[in-house]
Amino acid sequence: MKKKIKPMTRKSFITYGLLLIVFVAVEILISTGNISSMLKGLLVPICVYSILAVSLNLTVGFLGELSLGQAGFMCIGAYSSAIFSNLVKETITQPLIRFPLAILVGGIFAALFGIIIGIPVLRLRGDYLAIVTLAFGEIIKNVFAALYIGYDSAGLHISLKSQGDLGLAPDGKMIINGALGISGTPNDSTFEIAAAILFITLIIAYNFVNSRTGRAVMSIRDNRIAAESVGLNITKYKLMTFALTAFLAGVAGVLYSHNFYSLQASKFDYNLSILVLVFVVLGGIGNIRGSVIAAIILTMLPELLRSINNYRMLMYAIVLIVMMICTSNETIRSFFVRNIEKFKGLFKKNKAQTETVKEGE
Amino acid sequence: MAFLETLINGISLGSIYAVIALGYTLVYGIAKMLNFAHGDVIMVGGYAVFTAMVTWNWSPWLAMLFAVVVCTLLGITIEKVAYKPLRKASSLSVLITAIGVSYFLQNMALLIFKEKPKVFTSVVNIPKITLFDGKVVIKGETTAAIITSVVIVVALSLFINHTQKGRAMLAVSEDKDAAQLMGINVNSTISLTFAIGSGLAAVAGMLLCSSYPTLTNTTGAMPGIKAFVAAVFGGIGSIPGAMIGGILIGVIEILGRAYISPQLADAIVFAVLILVLMVKPTGIMGKKINEKV
Repeated sequence: MKKKIKPMTRKSFITYGLLLIVFVAVEILISTGNISSMLKGLLVPICVYSILAVSLNLTVGFLGELSLGQAGFMCIGAYSSAIFSNLVKETITQPLIRFPLAILVGGIFAALFGIIIGIPVLRLRGDYLAIVTLAFGEIIKNVFAALYIGYDSAGLHISLKSQGDLGLAPDGKMIINGALGISGTPNDSTFEIAAAILFITLIIAYNFVNSRTGRAVMSIRDNRIAAESVGLNITKYKLMTFALTAFLAGVAGVLYSHNFYSLQASKFDYNLSILVLVFVVLGGIGNIRGSVIAAIILTMLPELLRSINNYRMLMYAIVLIVMMICTSNETIRSFFVRNIEKFKGLFKKNKAQTETVKEGE
Repeated sequence: MAFLETLINGISLGSIYAVIALGYTLVYGIAKMLNFAHGDVIMVGGYAVFTAMVTWNWSPWLAMLFAVVVCTLLGITIEKVAYKPLRKASSLSVLITAIGVSYFLQNMALLIFKEKPKVFTSVVNIPKITLFDGKVVIKGETTAAIITSVVIVVALSLFINHTQKGRAMLAVSEDKDAAQLMGINVNSTISLTFAIGSGLAAVAGMLLCSSYPTLTNTTGAMPGIKAFVAAVFGGIGSIPGAMIGGILIGVIEILGRAYISPQLADAIVFAVLILVLMVKPTGIMGKKINEKV
């Protein structure tokens, strides 16, 4: 008897395979010089957005709660890792050692915040949870925009008032300069590293969803009270998912901050969280592969078609509304389902007949 | 004296938040949804007044009437097109749709009115009041905001508690199915709620833009979210609660901006929301909702 592969395993391997093919294709394009500099500049952001979309999908698609704080966690990852990299860039000159450490620092800080925020927030549900995560994201952004950090021989100086308030020695250097943001971050993010991290993110996401924990999380989404009554610790599983989402968003933030020489906190406003939500919704809520595909296409599209750039945001908005009405309204949904079944039926008829013959033998 | 002036400015901003929060509270009470696009209706109201007054040279009163009509129609349209098909859907999909509508309005305004901020001419024509030999100056806009919001809250309370339509709204917010069985047209009641909420948003838009005269496509977003904070603070579903919550949030924001840090004022307001939800999720005047299995 042939060993059967579980459908979920097959799904994940198809995703890995597709991604590998795209990666190799892009590498060939780069080495033969057939890629425009504009597209080349987009490669790391594409990976960043894909990671963000996959991580948000864990919360929206599998936990069934809407979090609008993705940009905030990304901001924490970006800032904490940039501080770390700036501090150690003279001592650890090898980016291959420094950058993975920065990624860990950013991810762990974001996850810690995810847990700290998650404990009060996850008691709430639905609309309240969404608005509170949004509030946290805005708080994080505002605090970082008012933060001044510099260092000199005496160590780190932190202030919430102004650069002058730091009292830096003349040889000191600024790391975070209030609203002007971080500067001097080493450019460690390369497409290869970003792609590798996207790959690891996917492995984590697929394994999480297929694990015992993942199934528990989905049962909470489908019926919280039933899940609680069979003895699942709701808070624990919610917190785990939330922390994992925050960790991955933090890692995405690390990639993002190490891709630019300077970065302002104002980049991490709630529009970014909504953009990521658009990726998740368009790719299909609960569909990890879809999130990646949507993130890739929607990030590239406006750059490839400059003329539609003005209408891009408007299209995102319409996509959100139409997707939601089509998937959540019973009448419209059953209309689609019926027609898709019909369409599939046309193809499957012959195949099904041959299969029944085989089984009869 | 400076403190008194700051406090009055806070109450004025808070009154505007209160008018916006009323829209949130009404819609949340009846449709059980967070209308994320409510803040952007404020922005539409601002642009409507701006277009009528500056481009078409209408008188302020006519322009205000025009803005209220535009926003009311917009509110009804949004409800019919985007929210009505999702009446039975999960709250997650309704929320995402509402975010989509909010995004749509912002970007539509960006396409029509472009990125450059418009300078809003105040619609208020009240002389400023000086107290204590000119040590405290209260601008006409401040007085207008406070008076308007008080009038609106009183009128709305009377409407809801003493008219048939208003009681129908109360009934729908209690129990949709039972209200329907009693012969109340639930759909038209929900439409009416959206119409009132959006009309109030237009008024709030005018007051907001008169006090803070720069108008961009995201003008309504932050006040919208803060007004939601106010509605939650006061207890969602409660009209006096929205008023109290709005004024408290306005005062906290302005005092925070003046005495703590201008950059952190927004963060302080959001911190208040989180504290309220942790300590008393039903707000100051909210009802306790028991969860059914």
